[in-house]
Amino acid sequence: MKAIETFQLPTAAKVNYINAEYGLKSWLLTRDHKRIALLYLGSISFFFFLGGLYAMFIRLELLTPQGDFLSSATYNKVFTQHGIIMIFFFLIPSIPATLGNFLVPMMIGAKDLAFPRINLLSWYIYMLAGIITIYALLAGGIDTGWTFYAPYSTTFSNSYVIAAGLGIFINGFSSILTGLNFIVTIHTMRAPGMTWFRLPLFIWAQYATSLIFVLGTPVLAITILLVAFERLAHVGIFDPALGGDPVLFQHLFWFYSHPAVYIMVLPGMGVVSELIANFSRKNIFGYKFVAFSSMAIAVFGFLVWGHHMFVSSQSVYAGMIFSFLSFAVAIPSAIKVFNWTATLYKGSISYDTPMLYALGFIGLFTIGGMTGLFLASIAVDVHVTDTYFVVAHFHYIMVGGTLLAYLGGLHYWWPKISGRMYPEGWGRFSALVIFVGFNLTFLPQFVAGYLGMPRRYHAYPPEFQVFNVLSSAGASILGFGLLVPAIYLVWSMRYGKHAEANPWHLPGLEWRTASPPPTENFLVTPVVTWEAYEFAPPEEMQVVGKFRDEVVSTE
Amino acid sequence: MQTSWIPFIPESASTVSSKVDALYFYLSGVTLFFTLLISGVIVFFVIKYRRRSPFEIPRPIAGSHKLETMWSVIPFIIAMSMFAWGAQIYFENSRPPKNADEIYVVGKQWMWKIQHSTGQREINELHVPLGRKIKLIMTAEDTIHSFFIPAFRIKEDVLPGKYTTQWFEATKAGTYHLFCAEYCGMNHSGMIGSVIVMQPAEFDNWLSGNVGQQSPAVAGQQLYQSLGCITCHGANGEGGRGPALVGLFGRKVDLTNGQSLIADEAYVRESIENPQAKIVAGFGPIMPTFQGQVTPEQLIQLMSFIKSLQVTGAPAATAPNPKLIPSPAPSAAPNRQ
Repeated sequence: MKAIETFQLPTAAKVNYINAEYGLKSWLLTRDHKRIALLYLGSISFFFFLGGLYAMFIRLELLTPQGDFLSSATYNKVFTQHGIIMIFFFLIPSIPATLGNFLVPMMIGAKDLAFPRINLLSWYIYMLAGIITIYALLAGGIDTGWTFYAPYSTTFSNSYVIAAGLGIFINGFSSILTGLNFIVTIHTMRAPGMTWFRLPLFIWAQYATSLIFVLGTPVLAITILLVAFERLAHVGIFDPALGGDPVLFQHLFWFYSHPAVYIMVLPGMGVVSELIANFSRKNIFGYKFVAFSSMAIAVFGFLVWGHHMFVSSQSVYAGMIFSFLSFAVAIPSAIKVFNWTATLYKGSISYDTPMLYALGFIGLFTIGGMTGLFLASIAVDVHVTDTYFVVAHFHYIMVGGTLLAYLGGLHYWWPKISGRMYPEGWGRFSALVIFVGFNLTFLPQFVAGYLGMPRRYHAYPPEFQVFNVLSSAGASILGFGLLVPAIYLVWSMRYGKHAEANPWHLPGLEWRTASPPPTENFLVTPVVTWEAYEFAPPEEMQVVGKFRDEVVSTE
Repeated sequence: MQTSWIPFIPESASTVSSKVDALYFYLSGVTLFFTLLISGVIVFFVIKYRRRSPFEIPRPIAGSHKLETMWSVIPFIIAMSMFAWGAQIYFENSRPPKNADEIYVVGKQWMWKIQHSTGQREINELHVPLGRKIKLIMTAEDTIHSFFIPAFRIKEDVLPGKYTTQWFEATKAGTYHLFCAEYCGMNHSGMIGSVIVMQPAEFDNWLSGNVGQQSPAVAGQQLYQSLGCITCHGANGEGGRGPALVGLFGRKVDLTNGQSLIADEAYVRESIENPQAKIVAGFGPIMPTFQGQVTPEQLIQLMSFIKSLQVTGAPAATAPNPKLIPSPAPSAAPNRQ
C-alpha cells in the first residue's frame, strides 16, 4: 500500500514552534510567521472584545425609543467607535493577519514568509496604531461615524478626530506590509511542484485580498491626511465654507472603503472554500471559476464605490453606471455560492464544527449578497440608504460572512495552531447558538429599515421598538454564543486532547507536518505531486481511500 | 406612525412610492427564491451525502462548463432586469417637472427650515397639498444632512454650498415622518419632523392663515438693492455693466472661455460667491465676491427674485401681504466652529 507523503519525522518531534524558545523576548522579537500569527490572534481578539462591548451599549440604548440610557453625545461616540474598532482593528486584519500569516507559508510549502522582519514590523505598526486609537477613545472619543464624512469631521466635530485618524492612518501601513509580504511569498516561495492551479483556494483569496491591501489602502491614507490638513490648517479641501467640496471626500473615502468590504469578505470566502472541500472530501467544483472569481471581485471591486453615493448629489448618469457595475460585481460572488453548493453533491459530508460554520456562512452570505442587490438598484437604494436596511445588509456580510468564516477557520486549523483539539460538542453547540442569535439580531433590521428607521439614531419613533427589542434579544444570544468558544479555545490550549498531525485526514500541505509544526514548518522541502483537494491518489481509489498517515506514523 | 395594510411596508403616499414597492417586492421574491433554493439544496445534500464511514472517499467530480455558464448567465440576466427597472424609476424621477411648486428647504444642526414660495415659513413641518407636484430646493448651512420622507420613498442629501432638488406628488392625505438620514452630529436623531399632506382647499386655507411673512422673492429684491447688485445688473435685472438677469434660469449662457452652460441654481450661486469662476461673454471680470456676505437663505431669496424677473421686464414678485417686513440683518456666515 502506498502512503500519502508527509514531510515530518516518523516519530513525533518534541520541539515545535511553541516550545522552541521560551520567554517574552522570544515572542516579541520572533520572526516566525506562526508566532506572529499568534501575536495578531491575541491582539485582534482584544479589539473584537472591545468592539463587542460597544455593540452591547448600542443594543441596550436601542431597547427603548427614548434616548434614556446614554446621552446622545455618548451614543454617537459608541457607534462610531464600534465601527472603527470592528472594521479597522478586527475585520480587516482578522483572517489575513492570523490564519493567513500562519497558513500561507505552510499551504504553499515554504519555511516562512518572504520578509519575516517586515512581518513582525507589521504587527508592531498595528499595535502602535491600536494604542493611538485607544488613546483617542480614552481621551474623549470620536463621534464622526466610522465614515468620517466631511465637513462634519473637518469642521464641526469637537472630538478626537485627528488622534483616531492617525491610528487608522498608521494601521493602514500594517495592512500594506502584510499584503506585500503575501504577494511576494505566493509568487516566489511555492514549493517545487506547487503550480498556481494546485494552490489551495485559500491562497488565491489571500492573494486577491493582498492586491486590494496594496492598491486601496494608500487612498485611505491620503484621504485621512487631507482631513487632518483641513482640520488643522484650515486648507479648503472638503468644507465649502473654505472653498472645498464635501462630495470629493465621499469619492475618496469609498474608493478605498468599498474595496475594503472585499478585503473583509474575500479571505472568508477562501476559508469557506477550504472547509467545504475538506469536510465533504470533494475537490471544489469549478476550481478555476472559484479562483478567478476572487480575482474578478478584487479588480471590479474598485469600480463600484459610487453606489454608496446615489443620494449624495452625484450625477444621474454616474449613478446609473455605478448601479450597473454593482450588479455586475455580484456575479462572481454568485458563482462562488453555486460552486460551493455543487461541491457538496455526492460528497462525504461531516458535521464537524468548522463545517457547520461554513454551511452557515453560505446561507447568510447568500442573504447578505442578495440584499446587496436592493442597494445596487437605485430606486430602492434611494429609499433604504442610510437606514437600518443597510446596517442589516453589511452585518450579514461582515458578521454572517467574515466572522463565521473566521471562527470556522479557527476551529479547523486549531489542532495545527495549538496542537490540541477543541471540545467538539461545545463547538457545535456554540456554532448553532451564534447562527440563531445572529439571525434574530439582524433579520428584524431589514424590516425596520424598509419601514424607514434611519441609522445612527439615538432615539427613534416608538413604532420601531418591536424590531429593536428583537434585535437586542438576538444580540444577547449572539454575545453568549461568542463567549463560549472564547472560553473553550483558551481552555483547550492546556487541557484539550493532543492533536495528531492530520486529525481530519486531509491532503493539504499544512497537514503533512507535525501539530504544532516545527519552527521551519517542514523538515524536508516538500515536493508537490498532487492536485489541490486530491483526497486520495488515484491508484488508491480501490483501497476504499484509507488515509495513510496512520501507516506513516508506524513506519 | 403609520404602516400600510401590507405587513412590513410603510405607508405609500406618493406617486413614486408604489413603483418603488413593486420593485422591492420583485427583489424580495428573487431573494427569497434563491435563499430557499440554496439552503434547500444544501440541507438536502448535507443529509443525503452525510459521511457514513470514516474512511469513505467520494469520487472526484471535475466540474462542468455548462453548469458554470448557466449559473453565470442566468443570474446576470436577472441582475440586469433589476438594474433596468431600478434605473428606469430613478431616471424618470430625476428631473423635477416644469410646473412644480417650489419650496425651499434649509437644513442646519438640528432643524429643518422650510419656506414656501409665497413666504410662509415653518420649522420641522412641511405642509403640502394633495395631488400637486412639489419641488424641494435644498441647501444646508453647516454640514451634510439628508431629507428623507419614508412614506414618499424619497431621499436626497442636503449639502452646504450646493443646491440639491427632489420632487414628489403626494397621493394620500395624512401626517408622515420627516427624517434627517445623514449623520450630522449630536442631535442628529432629533432632526425630525412631519410632512402634512392636506386637501388642496384645506392647504390654501392654511396658506392664507399664515400670511404676514415676506415672500422670498420680495426679500430677495430688497437684498438686490441693499447689496448694490442694482448698479451693474439694473433695477429690474435688465443688465448694464453686468449681464442681464431677466429670464436667466434655464437660459443658455455663453462664457468668455468659449464654453456655455444652462443657468441653474448652482451656477447662480457660484456667480454670486465666486464671480471670477465663469465670466459671461462680452463682460469684464469686475464683480466683487459676496462669499461670506450672504447666508444660504439669502442666496435662496436672491435666486427667487431672479426667477421672478419675467422677460417683460418688470419684477413679477408680489408679496401676499403688501406690508413689507424689514428683512433680518444679514447674519455673518453660518456658524463655524
